[in-house]
Amino acid sequence: MDFVIGLLVSVFQTLISPTTAGFVLAAIGLNIHFGFTGLMNMGQAGFMLMGAYGFGVSVSFFGLGFWPALLVAIVCALVFGVILGIPTLKLRGDYLAIVTIAAAEIVRMIFKMAMLQPVTGGPLGLHSTTYREPFSALSPLPEGSTTILGVTYPNTGGNDWWVRIVGWGLVALCLLLTWALMRSPWGRVLKGIREDEDAVRSLGKSSFAFKMQALLLGGVMGAFGGIIMTLPSSMQPDMMGRPLTFNLWMIVLLGGAATIFGPVLGTLIFFAVRIVLTTVAGEFVPRDILSAAQTEQLAWVLVGVALMLLVIFRPQGILGNKKELSFNV
Amino acid sequence: MSDDTYPYDREALRATLRTLEQTPGVAKPDPILTVDHIERRFGGMTAVSVDHLEVQRGAITALIGPNGAGKTTFFNLITGFDQPSNAKRLIGGGDAAWAFNGRTMSRTGAARAARAGMVRTFQLTKALGRMTVLQNMLIGANDQPGENMLLAPFKPLWAARERENMERAAELLARFKLDTKKDDMAGDLSGGQKKLLEMARALMSNPAMIMLDEPMAGVNPALTQSLLDHIQALRDEGTTVLFVEHDMHMVRHISDWVVVMAQGELIAEGLPESVMQSEAVVDAYLGAHHDKDLGDDDAINTGFIRAIATEIEEELEEDVR
Repeated sequence: MDFVIGLLVSVFQTLISPTTAGFVLAAIGLNIHFGFTGLMNMGQAGFMLMGAYGFGVSVSFFGLGFWPALLVAIVCALVFGVILGIPTLKLRGDYLAIVTIAAAEIVRMIFKMAMLQPVTGGPLGLHSTTYREPFSALSPLPEGSTTILGVTYPNTGGNDWWVRIVGWGLVALCLLLTWALMRSPWGRVLKGIREDEDAVRSLGKSSFAFKMQALLLGGVMGAFGGIIMTLPSSMQPDMMGRPLTFNLWMIVLLGGAATIFGPVLGTLIFFAVRIVLTTVAGEFVPRDILSAAQTEQLAWVLVGVALMLLVIFRPQGILGNKKELSFNV
Repeated sequence: MSDDTYPYDREALRATLRTLEQTPGVAKPDPILTVDHIERRFGGMTAVSVDHLEVQRGAITALIGPNGAGKTTFFNLITGFDQPSNAKRLIGGGDAAWAFNGRTMSRTGAARAARAGMVRTFQLTKALGRMTVLQNMLIGANDQPGENMLLAPFKPLWAARERENMERAAELLARFKLDTKKDDMAGDLSGGQKKLLEMARALMSNPAMIMLDEPMAGVNPALTQSLLDHIQALRDEGTTVLFVEHDMHMVRHISDWVVVMAQGELIAEGLPESVMQSEAVVDAYLGAHHDKDLGDDDAINTGFIRAIATEIEEELEEDVR
């Protein structure tokens, strides 16, 4: 019984963590790109990195306040999106995939350069104490710490309740915005572009402008995800590399592309399944058969197998409508 | 927008057209589309090279020609889906120019061309497969403020226009007998129904001219007749129709004017009854020696073969030049 309660608490702990909220935000953005508009963005981690470092460097190096730093983060993501979009959105979808994955890697390596150590912290990254202060100062929560369902965090400071509240509040806002946009004629044009861009152009809609708007909107959501993810402890360029992008893709496909709640459900399952697998294996499988490090790796293998099964047997994801959207690239 | 004051009396229109000289590039009394020196080369091959063409407002103009004549390329150029090789550029460039409804279109993209009132369909239908028939129709509407990202989240700002569009969509779907299918996915329609849907969708914005690229291709004969009726009905309501077809018998009944292309050039223009008889057209479709039976030994004598040989040499020399 103790084991089950312990497991549930650790699942709860994982599900509400800022990392999960950051993943959900980035996945909502990726879902706007891929699910609704059909853009193959393979560089969502790059948008997250622009957001995280745009915020972090603004505070730690330039000493800006919270709101200006947030604005800088948004502008960074927008500039990144425009630079990616102008040359590629006029071409076929595959080129966007190639360019975005390359661009995300380029920015990661640039932020990692030892030369930039005084600004970005280079390969070591930045610790949250250097950029966290303006965010904590906004907290209306009282001093001390709070325990909810067996999980205890300080109210404000470090890995706290404040960042969780803001993170999940942002998730709710982004979901609301996505829902409002996707039922509108604007969302309809995006879906039209996903189906056949030339048909949409022949009806007098500038597909380039719509694709650019979608890329930027999803990119800014990714940037928010990056900020939320890095607020509790630290940011480091390698946190936001290719594996993160691929995990986001899996989350979108798992939950169901082109659905509103797909990214949320996908993220929750993605994190919950891994924590359950590693905890159960750690409890019941003897150490000499499977060490802790190996269970972690095995969990990833199972995640990969799950993705394959998903694409074969349920291409529309868990929430998706098979008629409307199959995994079709 | 179509001009309601224009006299759409078919007989009067035909009578006017009958007085025109039947030569390629002839001036029309009231052209809606005027094209000058438009050229498209793919490598060494010239796909389209049209010197001058005018399309009469309110008429059904058929653009016919054998396969590979450059009809679809010409369509793509006019509607902004392709750029002419001699397009005007910021520096240098050629003298390609075309105007639609009095507006110069030479540097206009596909979306702007459509907004100007020149809406096209495609030879291979482009129905938006994983959207419903109704959504397909609504996407064709213009002036929808909800297509602005900043206004889109606020439904009251675009709901009124959406209701108007729904009404128009219902009207058009009923007319094209697709009203029972409106909640089906467009991808599930039959080939012919997709053609009808594409045409109906193009009409959502009340275009001044509709350009149909092979509307009859792949449609079963029973549906062909109703498609032809729809095209005629459009003209009677004041929409100019320009359509591409390679079967000339199909166009004879419904078109008011026929333009014939071959090897990228305009070779003839005229009334549907007479243009088919023109020597250039018969040559283009059937070859210059179509009336000689190559199996007839009496007809194929040395003189005839020599005559053909010299003709070929002359043509080759011309090509070299």
